[in-house]
Amino acid sequence: MLKIENLHVKLEDENREILKGLSLSVKPGEVHAIMGPNGSGKSTLSYVLAGRDGYEVTEGEAMFNGEDLLAMDPNTRAAKGVFLAFQYPIEIPGVATMQFLKVALNAQRKARGEKELSIPEFMRFVKDRAAKLNISQDMLKRPVNVGFSGGEKKRAEVLQMAVLEPSLCILDETDSGLDIDALKVVADGVNALRSPVRAMIVITHYQRLLDYIVPDFVHVLSAGKIVKSGGKELAHELEKNGYADYAEKVA
Amino acid sequence: MADQDTIDLVKTIEVDKYKYGFETDIESDYAPKGLNEDIVRFISAKKGEPAWMLEWRLEAYRAWTHMEEPTWAKVHYPKIDFQDLYYYAAPKSMAAPKSLDEIDPKLLETYAKLGIPLKEQEILAGVRKQGEKSTLDDDGNEVTAGRVAIDAVFDSVSVVTTFKAELAKAGVIFCSISEALREHPILVKQYLGSVVPAGDNYYAALNAGVFSDGSFVYVPPGVRCPMELSTYFRMNAKNTGQFERTLIIADKGSYVSYLEGCTAPTREESQLHAAVVELIALDDAEIKYSTVQNWYPGDAEGKGGVYNFVTKRGDCRGARSKISWTQVETGSAITWKYPSCILRGESSRGEFYSIAISNGRQQVDSGTKMIHLGKNSSSRIVSKGIAAGRSDNTYRGLVSAHRKALNARNFTQCDSLLIGDQCGAHTVPYIEAKTSTAIFEHEATTSKISDDQMFYCMSRGLSQEEAVALFVNGFVRDVLQQLPMEFMAETQKLIGISLEGSVG
Ligand SMILES: Nc1ncnc2c1ncn2[C@@H]1O[C@H](COP(=O)(O)OP(=O)(O)O)[C@@H](O)[C@H]1O
Ligand SMILES: [Mg+2]
Repeated sequence: MLKIENLHVKLEDENREILKGLSLSVKPGEVHAIMGPNGSGKSTLSYVLAGRDGYEVTEGEAMFNGEDLLAMDPNTRAAKGVFLAFQYPIEIPGVATMQFLKVALNAQRKARGEKELSIPEFMRFVKDRAAKLNISQDMLKRPVNVGFSGGEKKRAEVLQMAVLEPSLCILDETDSGLDIDALKVVADGVNALRSPVRAMIVITHYQRLLDYIVPDFVHVLSAGKIVKSGGKELAHELEKNGYADYAEKVA
Repeated sequence: MADQDTIDLVKTIEVDKYKYGFETDIESDYAPKGLNEDIVRFISAKKGEPAWMLEWRLEAYRAWTHMEEPTWAKVHYPKIDFQDLYYYAAPKSMAAPKSLDEIDPKLLETYAKLGIPLKEQEILAGVRKQGEKSTLDDDGNEVTAGRVAIDAVFDSVSVVTTFKAELAKAGVIFCSISEALREHPILVKQYLGSVVPAGDNYYAALNAGVFSDGSFVYVPPGVRCPMELSTYFRMNAKNTGQFERTLIIADKGSYVSYLEGCTAPTREESQLHAAVVELIALDDAEIKYSTVQNWYPGDAEGKGGVYNFVTKRGDCRGARSKISWTQVETGSAITWKYPSCILRGESSRGEFYSIAISNGRQQVDSGTKMIHLGKNSSSRIVSKGIAAGRSDNTYRGLVSAHRKALNARNFTQCDSLLIGDQCGAHTVPYIEAKTSTAIFEHEATTSKISDDQMFYCMSRGLSQEEAVALFVNGFVRDVLQQLPMEFMAETQKLIGISLEGSVG
């Protein structure tokens, strides 16, 4: 589904390379965890895959279902099934969350040549998904992320994911800032979306999340490269020994 | 977007997407070109007006010839040659007043193309989807649109007014001002010019001399008008000014909600539009006046487009009366417009809600005046200016309290949104309080759509244009909610259309 090969990324405005030859292959149904110290380039990877401005790919490629992902606009990527749950979700004042979901879903459906959902169909669908994430009707009326608590923002990201039903979900530190109860709700929401046709890249700093969203593979990202890959037990090892070993390897 | 991108966007700006720019090929009767007393007489005669009306017009015209065009607004345009215009144009087929069934099919077709069926049976059959569940409000509730009575004005004449019989049953008079001058001269004489005197300002004086049609509404004491009233103005004829005049009177304890819509064909030459609207609310009466102005804005280089020089004023004459202006201004090359309230009655209330969008080379200088004369009068101003392309968007507002306006209250909120970096937004508030008991509050913000916000929306599947439209709709939400339900969804779409081409 996703094949990243020797990806080198530098900042557009600065001569500084952030990703230094990253390779990763993700098949449908798989859940990959990417762990790494702060500043290792985890968010950069997620942004480059989603198509944010400000980064320059100097070498390598990322193919999504056989197509050149990096050549597409962010909205085209979204319509093709790429979704990024932001580490720091953005506020959109004045736009009700429900309205945002509707516009986003219809824009994607339109791009795929599907017909728009009727309003009652859409409402039922969203209410059902929202309830599973403990998201109240009231929260759906509030403007996107405006005045949301940290936990609310993360749940809202997962709700967007549940409504848009992407085939590749990238979750960037969806666990940060959550207490254990909120973490469980979010993890349940994510697990409900696990399916043989959907892949996930779960980015996290801590092993804790991976107790709830159990990955098939764990990769350690350090200084812009994947320095070790393994099964879920790798996460426990990291929890015990920290990232120190890996940082040294690069240096 | 990085700066270079913004510059590229602006280069690709293309505002030639005006959807209402078609022309109706119809034979018209014109007054001879140019302006003099004979033209004023010609128009008055065409309308079969009483003698006092002609005198009133002539006086206004004479006053106008001694007046100077105002230059204080932040708009620039070549000098208008008032002798190079036609002041009256009417479809030939409209020579005699007709019933709905006899209207020239070309006119019916024009309005149908604009999405405004004039045949009541069509409206009832839901051609316009009135009464259908049509849209979703912010709370996720479905909104049902009601029925709307329409007065359709084509160039200088009113084509038809729908639902007249049903309105008459409630005692409401809704007709063209020409008809009102013939059928209800006493009412017209009593109120015409009582809010905007014939010589009030340059364009108002011009209008008083040569106005050709417009709407008249009278709501009797204690009556709540049973449906939305609406006038649809269409400028078609070439080189012809449109000067409409609207007069609305809400008698004691009555209520009426009125909406006007405007479009014009795409033309290389600029077109002049100078309207006057007068509202009078007596004791405990309420008038809600909404405008969706979508005159042709001109092309991307600023060629053509309507010069919209309008005087709108409401008089809260009675105690506890209320007048509320809501405007959505998306069209016109130049807008010069300040719908105002004279808060004469004790505890009267004035409101002004405005969305002014400028794109391409459009220039908007718009705002309001809240003139507090009565005790405990209050007012509220919410202005949302959106500037894109190379446009200029100015809010100009005056809030004043007379010595006797004890405890006058005003709240003003002025927000500007800039799209791209070649446009300008300006806020010019004037405040004058002659009583220390007045409390005036003013808040202003200026914002832009950040790169992060744009990326966030796009990563959810929205195109740049869809993201801008969504953002703008969020920005104007408070004001949009003031529009009658029937027009909210359409207006939302219009806002999207008028910003097309504002991003690459
Ligand atoms: N847009 C940017 N501008 C400047 N520096 C950036 C930008 N994006 C990332 N960086 C830098 O790149 C490095 C990697 O950051 P990031 O991808 O956010 O790491 P992580 O998510 O693993 O903490 C950091 O040193 C960070 O400061
Ligand atoms: Mg990060």
